[in-house]
Amino acid sequence: MESGVVLTMKNIYKTFPGVKALQNVDFTLRKGEIHALMGENGAGKSTLIKVLTGVEEFETGEIRIDGKDGAIINRSPQEAQTNGISTVYQEVNLCPNLSVAENLYIGREPRKGAFIDWGTMKKNAAELLESLDIHVDVSAAVENYSIAIQQMLAIARAVDMSAKVLILDEPTSSLDDDEVEKLFVLMRRLKDQGVGIIFVTHFLEQVYAVCDRITVLRNGTLVGEYKVEELPRVQLVAKMMGKDFDDLASLKKEGEATKVSDEVVIEAKNLGHKGTIRPFNLTVHKGEVIGLTGLLGSGRSELVRAIYGADKPDEGELFVKGEKLQVNMPIDAMMHGMAYLPENRKEEGIIADLSVRENIIIALQAKKGMFRLMSRKEQEEFTDEYIKILQIKTADRETPIKQLSGGNQQKVILGRWLLTNPDFLILDEPTRGIDIGTKTEIQKLVLELAEKGMSVIFISSEVEEMIRTCSRMAVLRDGSKVGELEESELNQSSIMKAIAGGAE
Amino acid sequence: MSKLKKITQFRLFLPILCLVLVLLVNLITTPDFFAISVRDGMLYGYIIDVINRASELVILAVGMTLMVAASGGTDISVGAVMAVAAAVVCNVLSGGQQSVTEYSNPYILGILAGIAVAAVCGCFNGFLVAKLKIQPMIATLILFTAGRGIAQLITKGQITYVRVDQYKVLGSSIKGLPLPVPFFVAMLVVIVTLLLLKRTAIGLYIESVGINSKASRLVGLKSSKIIFLTYLFGGILAGIAGLVASSRIYSADANNIGLNMELDAILAVALGGNSLGGGKFSLMGSVIGAYTIQALTTTLYAMHVSSDQVPVYKAIVVVIIVSLQSPQLKKWVSKMKLNKKTVSGNEVA
Repeated sequence: MESGVVLTMKNIYKTFPGVKALQNVDFTLRKGEIHALMGENGAGKSTLIKVLTGVEEFETGEIRIDGKDGAIINRSPQEAQTNGISTVYQEVNLCPNLSVAENLYIGREPRKGAFIDWGTMKKNAAELLESLDIHVDVSAAVENYSIAIQQMLAIARAVDMSAKVLILDEPTSSLDDDEVEKLFVLMRRLKDQGVGIIFVTHFLEQVYAVCDRITVLRNGTLVGEYKVEELPRVQLVAKMMGKDFDDLASLKKEGEATKVSDEVVIEAKNLGHKGTIRPFNLTVHKGEVIGLTGLLGSGRSELVRAIYGADKPDEGELFVKGEKLQVNMPIDAMMHGMAYLPENRKEEGIIADLSVRENIIIALQAKKGMFRLMSRKEQEEFTDEYIKILQIKTADRETPIKQLSGGNQQKVILGRWLLTNPDFLILDEPTRGIDIGTKTEIQKLVLELAEKGMSVIFISSEVEEMIRTCSRMAVLRDGSKVGELEESELNQSSIMKAIAGGAE
Repeated sequence: MSKLKKITQFRLFLPILCLVLVLLVNLITTPDFFAISVRDGMLYGYIIDVINRASELVILAVGMTLMVAASGGTDISVGAVMAVAAAVVCNVLSGGQQSVTEYSNPYILGILAGIAVAAVCGCFNGFLVAKLKIQPMIATLILFTAGRGIAQLITKGQITYVRVDQYKVLGSSIKGLPLPVPFFVAMLVVIVTLLLLKRTAIGLYIESVGINSKASRLVGLKSSKIIFLTYLFGGILAGIAGLVASSRIYSADANNIGLNMELDAILAVALGGNSLGGGKFSLMGSVIGAYTIQALTTTLYAMHVSSDQVPVYKAIVVVIIVSLQSPQLKKWVSKMKLNKKTVSGNEVA
């Protein structure tokens, strides 16, 4: 093995039923480098990581790691860890009902004889988190903390395993800017210590902020490895998509005010849910795209969940097209033309073992009721229609949704709701953890739907994305709605000010 | 080759294979196992015995499959609920006496009362599991323990006999039908359930709730209502199974009717290739599983294994069958094949 190289993967092949996930992929990681792994959904990034860490088996090829003679095969994540490869995955993989300390030391608990040394474990955990500037109670269960904190705990755990190779698979998709900056500080510190870091992300800015090299994958094959300074953004995007970059900025023409009808679709009056969102007023007109902005945990999701009945509101009133509506559970909202794409795709969106077809038709079937089963033919036609419209990449309509890549799963869920033909569509972080091509598609789709008269609530952590798609924005802070911004006021700095608390 | 692959990947392949293997053992040990004789237009033989004896188990397994799929947990009270239903039927028909030779109340009233009480038991379980979110095994532990006591209370601690020929029909055979009546009851239950699953969306709802109840709620399914319905259905089926079992011995033996059958029912679901964690399910798999268990028991009796020792042999066979279906074992086998291939490949090179 060359000196300075900590990991090489050569000629890796991996197939899933009906899909060639990786074909002849090479990857090299050097000591003390932050190496971005880029590609669109289904390009094979996650699969490459899974193969490396022993979650999935690869068919042919070899993996070598510094300090071991000969090729290694990781049969399990544990084995990968022993070989010095630690991972933090896109979706948080912690045990929610165990304590913070237990999660940090699970599988490698400090022992006193045959027993776990709880005292030392807690002390070590507290010190570790202190050194990373994460302030939590180490004896509290992980489920009490936000996804952002959970993500940081997962990173802390991986870092603490003194890895030679640290893999960060979309670690920043649920962090706000401050937290991302903290993570970068940490990444750079580790880099100086000689750790090789593989960084998988969809955020181009982040790649250019911290990375040294970029490896690009497309459709399961290697496009190439580049030094960051030699690959301008536009070219990177072109390489990822295999075509010229469809400029996002041209989505909505600058200065063109959106015509909004006077027809009110949704009106919330002092609607609230104890403990999550304080009473708020919100009016949504026909054909309007309203953005909700605010920091993580500011109540963006909680606001829409109260409208949709995902968390039954305990005060206030909701009017749908002028009629008062008592929402006890989501089906009540659905029957009045609402649809809700939840933030947490894995936990609340996909029904993992069911097929693409079943995942698409289930919401419409729920609306029709138990005794009015759609015919198989009807179901297949609907499915094929949405696979085509949304360009869902799947081997077959009967493929279990869990075998699709994240972006394609999101498209299936989008298809599920479009099939119910809603008047009012709530999209909570629809573009999170999704490649740039699909992001553009989803944004375009939102604008098209609004044009046709659908009202949309759009929640995103990316301010630019919101500016491009929304005609009005509501700002949330600490669990209450603190203001609204009209279309003319929508720009980066005014939004930032509003979020931070200067625009009331 | 591809045809073979298609067959082995068929979902019910392994459950059917296991049933066939169990039956094939008899070719060696009990050659007359497959012999069927005809007397008075009725069929007799070991195979007929399997088909007959498995009936209650098939009925229970159908209900168990749906409860497991929706709630990801098992109902361990079904055996006790059988006893309760039997006690109610016999006592309604006997009018509270210990032994009668003619009905005190109309037959249909007894049957309806028995099934209604079983349905109440199902509702009770369903309420605990679906509304109070108690883990299914704990929730059903209550009736598992109390059920036989309740049955004893109903029969006043005695075995109530209903010595009326009509009452024996459900558990025996009638002229003109080549197979025993319990088989037809079981098939009726299976067919009605299959039709329900095929003609309504309940099957899809059950799988969806079993896989991800949070997501199911957000797409408009009433998760707790669906789980509740499966427990209600499971209770009703346990009642029907209880009627058949009671009719066989024309009495309500609170201590023995349905004894340990909940475990066999759970096993039938597992043998059918269904995950006990809930989610996707195959009803026919469970039915085949139920017949496999009965075939195994009958096979052991045919080999003159004493009834005390039967569980031991049963356990051994079950371990083998269950590991045959384990995905981990499949992984090992395919890995061994792969290693073999690379070794022989190296030799050629």
